[in-house]
Amino acid sequence: MKTLRWSIPLAVFAILVVFLAIGLTRDPREVPSPLIGKPAPAFRLAQLDQPDKLLGPADLRGQVWLLNVWASWCVSCRVEHPLLLDLAKAGIVPVVGLDYKDKPDDGRAWLAQHGDPYRVSVQDVDGRAGIDWGVYGVPETFVIDKNGTIRFKHIGPVTAEALQQTILPLVRELQRS
Amino acid sequence: MNVLLRMLACTLMAASLAHAQPAPDPLDARLKRLETDLRCLVCQNQTLADSDAPLAVDLRNEIREMAVKGHSDDDIRAFLLARYGDFVLYKPRFTPITWLLWLGPFALLIVGGVIGWAVLRARARAAGAEAPTPAAERTARELLS
Repeated sequence: MKTLRWSIPLAVFAILVVFLAIGLTRDPREVPSPLIGKPAPAFRLAQLDQPDKLLGPADLRGQVWLLNVWASWCVSCRVEHPLLLDLAKAGIVPVVGLDYKDKPDDGRAWLAQHGDPYRVSVQDVDGRAGIDWGVYGVPETFVIDKNGTIRFKHIGPVTAEALQQTILPLVRELQRS
Repeated sequence: MNVLLRMLACTLMAASLAHAQPAPDPLDARLKRLETDLRCLVCQNQTLADSDAPLAVDLRNEIREMAVKGHSDDDIRAFLLARYGDFVLYKPRFTPITWLLWLGPFALLIVGGVIGWAVLRARARAAGAEAPTPAAERTARELLS
């Protein structure tokens, strides 16, 4: 009975500390997407460099691809841009750009200035496609498998670590299957 | 006097003008109520109704369009849930992952109640053991008198 007197509060305190410690390691800005494991939401949007041509997820079936949501007004997009350029050079996986809520002219100028790592970029001028994909913080990067299912979403600028440890291993695994 | 009359007339006119303002649109009121229960994902501690983030503006437009097309509040919530997940709801749904959230406080109350009851009972029993028996009480009274 005497030990219960201090062991119960101590146990409760320990549980609380564990929960709070786990909470500290998580980023509250990263909201898990309900779209993981779901079919990629459809869109058919004008391509940035050839506005008379449309492109959508349906055109990319049968291959693993990345959708990178970017914009010329997006400051942190510049952080991940060199990594995307390297990725494009390596040619491991096609990256499709979704130019989100941007003026097409600004988007084209931005790519001309910083380099274009995208197989194709499409214009999401009103942000409708972004809403369908649950985009809330540009940049965002999605991994889509051969069947057109979203397998992974990275929120915020892609880091070298995320690319090497999570995204590329997943891409290779999906390409094999 | 003339001035007073004029002032009175002005006041009355202002009052009648204030009354003439159109009643708030029921759709506006409904959307406002709905958006107050939804979280803006960009500024996470603001509701969709309060936020000025571009995404919140877009989502408000989207919601209004859906409402005008005749979609119910539940349809609109389902639309946002499918895209942004449970996080958009300020009042989370009752699903297996939120069981702890909803039931935790009640479970804690029950655990606390049981512990409190046990402690009080143990205390009462300890107090009872020290209380004098009727016989001891009689002896004590005899000794005192």
